Amino acid sequence: MLNYDIVIIGGGPAGLAAAISAKDSGVDSILILERDKELGGILNQCIHNGFGLHTFKEELTGPEYAGRFIEQVYDRNIEYKLNTMVMDISSDKVVTAMNRTDGMIQIQAKAVILAMGCRERSRGALNIPGYRPAGIYSAGTAQRLVNREGFMPGKEVVILGSGDIGLIMARRMTLEGAKVKVVAELMPYSGGLKRNIVQCLEDFGIPLKLSHTVVDIEGRDRVKAVTIAKVDSNNKPIPGTEERYECDTLLLSCGLLPENELSKSAGVDLSMVTNGPVVNDSLETNVPGIFACGNVLHVHDLVDYVSEEATTAGKNASDYIRNTASASSDKQVKINTECGVRYSVPVFVRPDKMNDKLTVRFRVGNVYKNVNLCVYANDTLLMKLPKKVMAPGEMEQVILLKSKLNEIADLNTITIKIEEA
Amino acid sequence: MKYDVAIIGAGVTGSAIARELSRYNANVCVIEREEDVCSGTSKANSAIVHAGFDAVPGTVKALMNVQGNEMMDKLCEDLDVPFNRNGAFVVCTKNQDRSALDTLYKRGIENGVKDLKILERDELIKMEPNLADDVTCALYAPTSGIICPFNLTIALAENANENGVDFFLNTEVKDIKKENDSFIIKTNADDIEAKAVVNAAGVYADAISHMVSSTKMEIIARRGQYMLLDKTAGTHVSHTIFQLPSEMGKGVLVSPTIHGNLLVGPTAEDVPNKEGLNTTGDGLGSLAPLSALSVKDVPYRQVITSFAGLRAHEVNDDFIIGEDEDTKGFYQAAGIESPGLSSAPAIGVALAGEIARKEGFAKKDNFKETRKGILNPATLSLEERNELIKKNPAYGTIICRCEMITEGEIIDAIKRPLGARSLDAVKRRTRAGMGRCQSGFCSPRTMEIISRECNIPMEEISKHGKGSEFIVGINKEV
Repeated sequence: MLNYDIVIIGGGPAGLAAAISAKDSGVDSILILERDKELGGILNQCIHNGFGLHTFKEELTGPEYAGRFIEQVYDRNIEYKLNTMVMDISSDKVVTAMNRTDGMIQIQAKAVILAMGCRERSRGALNIPGYRPAGIYSAGTAQRLVNREGFMPGKEVVILGSGDIGLIMARRMTLEGAKVKVVAELMPYSGGLKRNIVQCLEDFGIPLKLSHTVVDIEGRDRVKAVTIAKVDSNNKPIPGTEERYECDTLLLSCGLLPENELSKSAGVDLSMVTNGPVVNDSLETNVPGIFACGNVLHVHDLVDYVSEEATTAGKNASDYIRNTASASSDKQVKINTECGVRYSVPVFVRPDKMNDKLTVRFRVGNVYKNVNLCVYANDTLLMKLPKKVMAPGEMEQVILLKSKLNEIADLNTITIKIEEA
Repeated sequence: MKYDVAIIGAGVTGSAIARELSRYNANVCVIEREEDVCSGTSKANSAIVHAGFDAVPGTVKALMNVQGNEMMDKLCEDLDVPFNRNGAFVVCTKNQDRSALDTLYKRGIENGVKDLKILERDELIKMEPNLADDVTCALYAPTSGIICPFNLTIALAENANENGVDFFLNTEVKDIKKENDSFIIKTNADDIEAKAVVNAAGVYADAISHMVSSTKMEIIARRGQYMLLDKTAGTHVSHTIFQLPSEMGKGVLVSPTIHGNLLVGPTAEDVPNKEGLNTTGDGLGSLAPLSALSVKDVPYRQVITSFAGLRAHEVNDDFIIGEDEDTKGFYQAAGIESPGLSSAPAIGVALAGEIARKEGFAKKDNFKETRKGILNPATLSLEERNELIKKNPAYGTIICRCEMITEGEIIDAIKRPLGARSLDAVKRRTRAGMGRCQSGFCSPRTMEIISRECNIPMEEISKHGKGSEFIVGINKEV
């Protein structure tokens, strides 16, 4: 059995930032476990630019952004193992992992930081009817084939879902010589960032059809055609609105799911909304000493926020080890999310133990224009932020001040909601 | 190429017959139009070893089902195929006529099914708490089981191959001519000559039969659509839950699979297209309300894939097994729909026995009865696993993260007899790509492994054979 103070599961943007922050907070015994052959996670296949605008005030590519953090990991001599799959995490923080050279190893950690990222929703999970030929890829799989291996997965493409990876891949496939015929989106709004709609679709004349879904896939061996149809307000296809597109490829960009199978094995409670762990203000789960950050916690829109969140998790994990922060016995106040606010991270706040400033992140469930974003402590209105537009594709945040919360007598709930202006 | 027996179709039936024939001193081959065995009806069904109370007493179906069920334990042990007699319920609800359950019970007894019982709700609910609130009683068949149809079919074929049976894959039969005492089988490749022919061609058994025999046969493709749920839903029921057959059909089943997923289906629709393996919005949409009649709260949020299979339904509703009345030396194994998987071992023994007797084959003394499956490292202890990785580091690399399948298992699937050449073939042998991400992460890596191990360029790696390649070219050159 190996022993480390902090074991970090995943060497993507979240794991890297968490490791750097934990080290800088004074913990030396840190191990990053990464299943891929290099550090950097999914950023390694995101060769487009636009990363790091907040963190570095520069437009970096994914590999460049990851590279800046990887350098810092090297500089600090933080240990990591590549090609290493974590097989199990127990509730007493024994991590079982495996690779070719070490075989099966067991590591007793004082704290664990979950940073495994997310996976894409598959065709099967979407229940798209039709045949099951080759030529149906999740956008991320296609991205890996094109950007890392140099292989084109198709020539004529239909994309279902307007998530960011799908939008990015619409542009990439076009640049690499394919014809992207249409992007269909089930919802009446896009699931991606506004800037990606403009830069990846509009600039290339690719039509985006909102409130449309795929109702049939043709082709026994390879995709021959895809039929899309308009949907009604219950997302049911409307007969007679079908449009058939001949194509050889269907890309799916229909949402990301935090990958929490390991978290479950450790006894971590998950949110039904985010599919990520339920955490308190220190990003600690219900299992003492197990922290979470990045897309395994909730799906982010910008990697800058992943890094920021992971930095907090790393710092808090080191505080936990040095016993400056204890967890479960503290008074916790739940953040309720209502009226259009789908969830919040964190879910629980410890008014006595929290940092002076706490960033609470969340997403809304629809497109809202000219509304007020309101935060209540018990029944007291803490803040009222006028918002021109809020959309599900963009993550929102509010900052809670410890001083303000501590002014409220008998604080028992915090509520975030959208109110009409 | 000249054979004593040519079997057309490498599904579970053809493979079972091939294995049984490989006990004899005879030159046997199997002709399969797809790139792998288990690529038709055998790959998409309910994966149930039925107890045998369904078929009408006296039919071939009833006989084969009960015999096949009894043979399954030894066969699965010999061939290293996981099999679990998890037991089945046929449930009767408030609004249904429970005398129909008694009919099934009596039918089962007459067919020779053991240990059948009728249980009342209070007892049932202890065994299966998620039964629908309207369920009042059920027929309990403890001999019913679950199995992986890929595993069984591939094991039978591998064992047959090890015992000398040749397999011609990617070989489609175009015509059959009888010349003197032998058959000339025209294919898309070379002609194959055989003294005897076995027709195990699934939904195409009628077309194959009509090439050489005047016996009338009609096989209808009856589509069944299914949804498969994640392993997190796999314990929702522990038995296979059938519904009481009614005018509306046999109803749908809800069952755990041998690998721990939950399976719901099938629909039953006759389709004119024998390649009609597409799912439909209506078909998939019908499963949730239908399954709710027998099992409540099926967590449909956990669906990871849906698929359709085609049953080879013979219009007279029975298996056709044995030498054709019209054409001597032409043996039928046709109309093998449910319970075909359960019956396959018995069909193999019965038909191989008949062929050996009529064609005068003697048993060989070096028949290899057992076959070892692909090693599943997850069944090993930590120490054993370490030993394995030391000997073969490929077992230390996880390729499919959802099902935790190692590179070692994938290489084994490629290198063994009748080895995998496509992603679907790897998937059926190892489960790589069969988990919740549905091969999103592992497909590029599995492609690389096949390419490397078989020395095939990446552009030729396919989902299921020619025409289903994944890659259409390199960047900027398409």
